[in-house]
Amino acid sequence: MRIKDLVATAISNTFRSKLRTTLTVLAIFVGAFTLTLTNAVGAGVSQYVDAQVGALGSPDVFIITQATDASTAGDGPVEFDASSSASVASNQGPPGTTTKALTDADLVTIGATAGIESVDPIRSVQPDYIEYDSGTPYEFSINATSAVTTADLTAGAQLDGGASEAQLVLPDTFVLPLGFASAEDAVGASVSIGITDILGEKHTVDATVVGVSLESLLAAGAGANDALIAELADAQSSGIDTAVTSYGVAVAHFDTTLSADAITALKADLATAGYTARTIEDQLGAVQTVINGIVGVLNAFAVIALIAAAFGIINTLLMSVQERTREIGLMKAMGMSSGKVYTLFSLEAIVIGFLGSAIGAGVAIGLGSALSAALSQGLLSGLPGLNILLFEPASVTFVIGLVMLIAFLSGTLPAQRAAKQNPIESLRYE
Amino acid sequence: MDSEWVIDAQGLEKSYGSGASRFDALKGVSVQIAPGETVAIVGKSGSGKSTLMHLLALLDKPDRGTLQVAGKDAKALSKRAVNELRNKEFGFVFQQFFLTPNVSVLDNVILPLKIAGMGGRERRRRGMQVLEQLELVDKAGNKATTLSGGQKQRVVIGRALVNAPRVIFADEPTGNLDTATGAVVEDILFELNRSQDITLVIVTHDEELAARCDRQIYIRDGLVVPQTAATHTGAHAMTTAGGPA
Ligand SMILES: Nc1ncnc2c1ncn2[C@@H]1O[C@H](COP(=O)(O)OP(=O)(O)OP(=O)(O)O)[C@@H](O)[C@H]1O
Ligand SMILES: [Mg+2]
Repeated sequence: MRIKDLVATAISNTFRSKLRTTLTVLAIFVGAFTLTLTNAVGAGVSQYVDAQVGALGSPDVFIITQATDASTAGDGPVEFDASSSASVASNQGPPGTTTKALTDADLVTIGATAGIESVDPIRSVQPDYIEYDSGTPYEFSINATSAVTTADLTAGAQLDGGASEAQLVLPDTFVLPLGFASAEDAVGASVSIGITDILGEKHTVDATVVGVSLESLLAAGAGANDALIAELADAQSSGIDTAVTSYGVAVAHFDTTLSADAITALKADLATAGYTARTIEDQLGAVQTVINGIVGVLNAFAVIALIAAAFGIINTLLMSVQERTREIGLMKAMGMSSGKVYTLFSLEAIVIGFLGSAIGAGVAIGLGSALSAALSQGLLSGLPGLNILLFEPASVTFVIGLVMLIAFLSGTLPAQRAAKQNPIESLRYE
Repeated sequence: MDSEWVIDAQGLEKSYGSGASRFDALKGVSVQIAPGETVAIVGKSGSGKSTLMHLLALLDKPDRGTLQVAGKDAKALSKRAVNELRNKEFGFVFQQFFLTPNVSVLDNVILPLKIAGMGGRERRRRGMQVLEQLELVDKAGNKATTLSGGQKQRVVIGRALVNAPRVIFADEPTGNLDTATGAVVEDILFELNRSQDITLVIVTHDEELAARCDRQIYIRDGLVVPQTAATHTGAHAMTTAGGPA
């Protein structure tokens, strides 16, 4: 029997007992539907997190802080040292820890470490408001690390770190309130930023909008280039040089060609020197681990549903083999080999698996896309750029393939039964 | 070559079950069938006719005895060769119709060709040709379940015929039919023998059908009863238990 004929026969046999096939397909449908959705949630959230990583910083950047003193508890008070303890509690470490600030001496040490190409302190500035064309002022904040990050732009260009003019990347939520017609309209405009100095006096600094970005979950605020930050910081300090320059965090660029192992080694080098260096991925690693865990659990449930469905396939096919005993006997009497009989029943299992998984995945994609669109307009509108359900062709294909494999494995027992049948006994079967 | 194409069985024994429930269905049967011959296997119900036919058609293996087909020992043939032989050289008409329900008459008829791996168009052509021969062309697209008994039996004969076999094994081909319809089916079979030189091995308990065949083999309790002595009560003593041909 030709493969083409085997497949055609298997398909037509599948539809012979419509109700039974439908019920079995339904069981597989549930599993495939769930698995497609959970995979899509995983992919959607991962993609969002990846975009956030991009918004947070380039891959060749370390966020460097002083190593936290884990030994303080129980060791009693630590003696004050004017050179290293200069300014404590920079508020840049994880909650519950105090981080010592970095001094200029630290920056030199870090910059001298082999593998580090440049190191820049992050100076945080607290502007009061932003206004355009003497319109209504709005409360406003600047993301301190924006100089090293890649914004998720909707219009315009990224910040130019080397430019001497003050540049700003405006969050898109500010576009309409400030009086711009569109994001494109805002690009190139000059806006005023209000800031209060340490003596309570108010200043304004002008900046040019070079781009408009989507609001990011992990890097809130507008983006400002080095020139703008410096200008704002000068206004904020009102020209008074605070005795010891100290920074909570520094950003260090390292060689982009470094391998993962080399990056790990570089981190270890910095740790020995007393600094904690983390890449953006490190910082988001925990988030991603949790998400992967949740998706994993959901997938496990879907697989359990599929295993239950597998028993349905076994049952259906065993009944089918029983019912068609004489037909199998006849085919074998007419010279059909056991191998071909086995193939025929395996194919029937695969056809059932394919039907269930293709319909399940199809319905999941249809419903999921609608749901995803509705959610991003409603419940999840606060997280622009988040596509909660992302259906990747590869993972949908994988789900269908997996279900077909499970179906094939379920079909082996019934197919073996059919293949082993003795034609004479089958023909005598009543 | 055709003249060598004989089925030669010597001392066939076959028993079912084991221990106390053991039943010896055949106790040493020798049969020779020449090409182009029509042979009737006659006997009462339960005498072992179907069992013998199954052994001759290589559907089952004897416990003892030898079987040669076309000069080759059946035991020496590979599974594949046996399948090939049954698919290409034999046609079967079983005691029941064994038509696949929900499948068209044409598809039922061409099943052996499908198993043989013949292409779709050629299959259809041969199938329609056979249906024409059996005056069933107008039923080609019907589901097999919608046919009358006589039509079903003609479809079964069509299926046995479609691969142009050398031998047709027919187990009670008229058993399910009324006399008139039975006569039509018989005519078809003997016409095939006459026009296409197909060897017929017909199992029957119908004396009239048996009489139309060239030769009759009488079976009683798993043994061949010599034809001339068949009506004698003392026939048991003269059975050809495993005797040389
Ligand atoms: N699988 C089996 N297990 C046990 N006994 C069997 C089996 N198949 C056949 N028999 C027995 O072997 C004997 C011969 O059976 P067979 O079918 O050859 O009879 P038959 O001559 O064809 O009868 P009928 O004319 O009724 O078809 C019967 O007594 C039957 O009960
Ligand atoms: Mg019988």
